[in-house]
Amino acid sequence: MGDQEPAPGTAMAGDEIIVCRDVHKWFGQHHVLRGIDLTVRTGEVVVIFGPSGSGKSTFIRTINRLEEHQRGQIIVDGIELSDDLRNIAAIRSEIGMVFQSFNLFPHLTALQNVTLAPIKVRHWARDRAEHEAMELLTRVGIPEQAHKYPAQLSGGQQQRVALARALAMQPKIMLFDEPTSALDPEMISEVLDVMRELAQSGMTMLCVTHEMGFARAVCSRMAFFDQGQIVELGPPWQIFDAPKHERTKRFLSQILH
Amino acid sequence: MTSAPGAPSDAPLRTSVPPWRNVRVRRVAAQGVFVLAVLVAALWLWNNLTSAMARTNLTFSLNFLRTTAGFEIAESPIPFRAVDSYGQAFIAGLANTIVVSIVGIVLATILGVLVGIARLSRNWLVSRLSAGFVEVMRNTPLLVQLVLLYAVLRQLPPVAGSISLPGSIYLNQRGLFIPSPEAEATLGPWLGLVVGAVALAFVLRRIAVRREDAGLDPRRLGLVGLAGLIVIPLAGWIVLGAPISFDPPVLERFNFRGGTSFSPEFTALLAGLVIYTAAFIGEVVRGGIQAVRRGQVEAAQALGLTERQTLRLVVFPQALRVIVPPLTSQYLNLAKNSSLAIAIGFPDLFAVSRTMANQTGQPVSVIVLVMATYLTISLATSLLMNLYNRRVQVLER
Repeated sequence: MGDQEPAPGTAMAGDEIIVCRDVHKWFGQHHVLRGIDLTVRTGEVVVIFGPSGSGKSTFIRTINRLEEHQRGQIIVDGIELSDDLRNIAAIRSEIGMVFQSFNLFPHLTALQNVTLAPIKVRHWARDRAEHEAMELLTRVGIPEQAHKYPAQLSGGQQQRVALARALAMQPKIMLFDEPTSALDPEMISEVLDVMRELAQSGMTMLCVTHEMGFARAVCSRMAFFDQGQIVELGPPWQIFDAPKHERTKRFLSQILH
Repeated sequence: MTSAPGAPSDAPLRTSVPPWRNVRVRRVAAQGVFVLAVLVAALWLWNNLTSAMARTNLTFSLNFLRTTAGFEIAESPIPFRAVDSYGQAFIAGLANTIVVSIVGIVLATILGVLVGIARLSRNWLVSRLSAGFVEVMRNTPLLVQLVLLYAVLRQLPPVAGSISLPGSIYLNQRGLFIPSPEAEATLGPWLGLVVGAVALAFVLRRIAVRREDAGLDPRRLGLVGLAGLIVIPLAGWIVLGAPISFDPPVLERFNFRGGTSFSPEFTALLAGLVIYTAAFIGEVVRGGIQAVRRGQVEAAQALGLTERQTLRLVVFPQALRVIVPPLTSQYLNLAKNSSLAIAIGFPDLFAVSRTMANQTGQPVSVIVLVMATYLTISLATSLLMNLYNRRVQVLER
């Protein structure tokens, strides 16, 4: 471990890269995840939506072990998530995550936020890490903000730095936990644009979001969560135009006016 | 009033409001009234003081500092005899205060950081023990703790029945006796080796930083440097022979000969100050670490940073900014609380000054001098800590 990079390209397009079987989780007495089965293929974009408290955030947080699942199986790129520290570290370095509240490191500049993990975890040369970081900041449209601190940036800019920070580790999978919920309306589209571009580049993505326009345009499948279960899973046209479950219909009618 | 062409347009605004309704006038007037009130109060106090001093034939003077003190001081890093002057007595007391404060601050910081981290431990027993320590120590008066500690130390067996601890350490009612380090001929060369090892570690660290910039794993070099720090001095110790010998205290008929001793007064004061302040520092440290938002740790973990890297690169830099300002207050408290020494008969600055005030009949002069001295100590501490604080308050904008 350490010096060795995980074998690249082990997953081909269309391979099963995330496999969840009967995943359960409890917070004390509260049964938050009640048997989640979901298989995601390389290059897929899956949007997860549902009422608050339905377990959507908890579910995607189990995939990089920010939350432990207590029953069932989660296999990411052929590695099963267990209590093995080595497995957890290997999986985390392949998964990028973007949080609702950005969680940029306030004591580091935008550029330092992006280069920290490549230098410390991947042991890249600083020159290389900074070069790649500048490319990513250009890709998300804010190269001129590289030397500013998070507090000097708008919410939309911070979230785009957070995206660049996650991408800097060259992840195979990206998790989005309500990435636009904390943003002012006029900043939502600048983040969604970057996400759309990322999806088109073939990134495997799991997004918890209620941006239904984004979902319809970008995602391959949608999963409707309610009370810790996936109630309905299908392509966007089916979910939007012919939902099978009453609960899905009711929820969609509440958020789409 | 007509304004000249081009004059600021707010000019008529200012003149059209009666002064008692003008916000700006009122603001300035309030400041003036306040300054006046303070001056009047100060003048009244000063008058009161000087007239009282005149009635009792006292004058404000520090001339007594040159006259012979005529009293003994039980212990001080600076030798003092009864024939020395009051000024020297003052310095001897000051030396005691400074020694107990500096040693106390260092030990309280170490203990406090341990207590703070222990309280956040996932180990239930460790965190409960730490919480219990904090709650007992910070919720009882320091004065009571000092008196209790001193009483316990005084209840120890007499010299003849000293409690013997491993390493020629003895504890009895006259204090704590430990072997005193004595320099040997090889001390010079050995210290040279130690300096060399430290220099080597620094160089290796520089190289490690550069290697990290070049994309290589720096950990092995760090380990080599650390090993050098331990192995080189140890090898030197074995090859050159011991650079330091220890002169153990030896029990004679009435007391120990040789060794170094700490009086029960000093031991009780130091222990009391350290334990009491460490409880507060522990809370400061805990608060600082908890002030770092949970999302910061999650973001670091999601990026694949190890637990240690997360603490070192993400949590501590942010926690330190919250910790340092209240830590400064705790250092100041410890230094000032050392004046409680008088309750257990340790001759610190304040205790010596009390004797001086009684003997010279110059209480006001002595108190002013003591206050000025404590103020100087505190301001110096604050200054140092503020400099450090400026370093850890990394810019955010």
